Amino acid sequence: MKRVFPLLGGLTAVLLSYALYQALVVAPTDQLQGDVYRIIYYHVPSAWTAFVLFFVNFVASIVYLIRRSAKADMIALVTAEVGVVFCTVVLVTGPIWARPVWGIWWTWDLRLTLTLVMWLIYVSYLMLRRFSSSGQTPVMAAVLAVFGALDMPLVYFSIWYFRTQHPSPVIGGGGSIDPVMLRVWMINWAAFLCFALMVCWSRYRLERLQREVEEMQALESMIEPRSAR
Amino acid sequence: MNFLYAAYAATWIIHILYLGSLVRRYSRLRNEIEELKRK
Amino acid sequence: MSMLSGIAAATLSKDLRLEWRSKDAINSMLFFALLVVVIFSFSFNPTAEESRRIAGGLVWVAFLFAAVVALNQTWARELRNQVLDAYRVSPAPANALFLAKAFGNFIFVSVLEALMTPLFIVFYSLRALGPVWQLIPVAVLGTWALVVNGTFFAAMSLRTRSREIMLPLLLFPISIPALLAMVEATSAILTGEVSAKFWIVLLVAYDVVFTTGCLLLFETVLHAE
Repeated sequence: MKRVFPLLGGLTAVLLSYALYQALVVAPTDQLQGDVYRIIYYHVPSAWTAFVLFFVNFVASIVYLIRRSAKADMIALVTAEVGVVFCTVVLVTGPIWARPVWGIWWTWDLRLTLTLVMWLIYVSYLMLRRFSSSGQTPVMAAVLAVFGALDMPLVYFSIWYFRTQHPSPVIGGGGSIDPVMLRVWMINWAAFLCFALMVCWSRYRLERLQREVEEMQALESMIEPRSAR
Repeated sequence: MNFLYAAYAATWIIHILYLGSLVRRYSRLRNEIEELKRK
Repeated sequence: MSMLSGIAAATLSKDLRLEWRSKDAINSMLFFALLVVVIFSFSFNPTAEESRRIAGGLVWVAFLFAAVVALNQTWARELRNQVLDAYRVSPAPANALFLAKAFGNFIFVSVLEALMTPLFIVFYSLRALGPVWQLIPVAVLGTWALVVNGTFFAAMSLRTRSREIMLPLLLFPISIPALLAMVEATSAILTGEVSAKFWIVLLVAYDVVFTTGCLLLFETVLHAE
């Protein structure tokens, strides 16, 4: 296992630089938007990576509620945290793309709003994990994750109807996508997925180490009550 | 074009900030382990 | 089933009697909502045409903030004399407790709404142009949507540090679709421009999904070591 990690790291680095090269050089320039459109090679793969991570978080939370395994809990925590990081990337790069293309930083369009609400829900999840006392954190967090996932379809439909009611001033793309662009996009997504996996892995190891240390500290303070901090 | 570079830079800044926070947490943990070992 | 409803009724009547004697929750909620109404009216000019468009949002934001005041007190009373621990070891079904608390909060918030609505009408000179009767299902479904999740998350945030702050942090993000539906339905009815049907259906769906979720998971939350 220990040897796989640097291997994965190397692979990720190679993939990321190859994907960057593809996105900046190989992919054709968009006729309408010019070079700015290349932001989507970072924006959309990040979004999909975040969705995958949140989905894993949901599955791990359910597994935790059924089996109560510490491993599932750690996976849920890690994927939520890294997912929020990727979601932040999406929310930051989105407006940077929208400004030159649509002329506005932000619009309350379906996908943007959905991503924002998802970000809010998972940030509240991380807040709960941070604030609750250690013993019950996993149960509370898993329950909240299930609630958040139940909320997603409702958020989707409400915003969808909200938007069709008040048509937004901008129309988002549509139409068929150039096969080269699609390929470049896929390479970027693969690269970001690898990167996310690597980050999750490191975070997982950190969490495991942290829990071991906390256990040892608790043991220490039981053996020698006076030295406990 | 500037927007493109800004977006790419922002992406990596966010990721590096997060990784930096992980490294900081890790080094703090290292210290705690050292402390435990000394006892 | 009869045991469940019996215990729920007993807990509910106990809570109502306590509240009737102290009137803590309802007084603080009422005053809080009144403050929100007055402060909102300073931040824009409440002329009739303009206010009809935003009144839906205003009313519900005021009720939401006021409801959090009551929701935070839901479990605090039970915590004081270890009543909650007694509940945990008693054979009473957890869902009876949950339903009693949720209905209690529903009654408190409904009373608040009934008392505050005339005030809103007077202060913002509101007059509905759409079908007024639809406001009743919107109010009932919307209040239940806030209260069912609010009661549940209040039980969850009991176990956290600074739990008074934690409740809105958990409740608001999850409630976004319900809040959007309530606000949009109310605005649609007040302006009479579009139908509120879709929003009422969405509220029903929200209530069904989360009531089921709460009933399925409340026992887990209550018994979390």
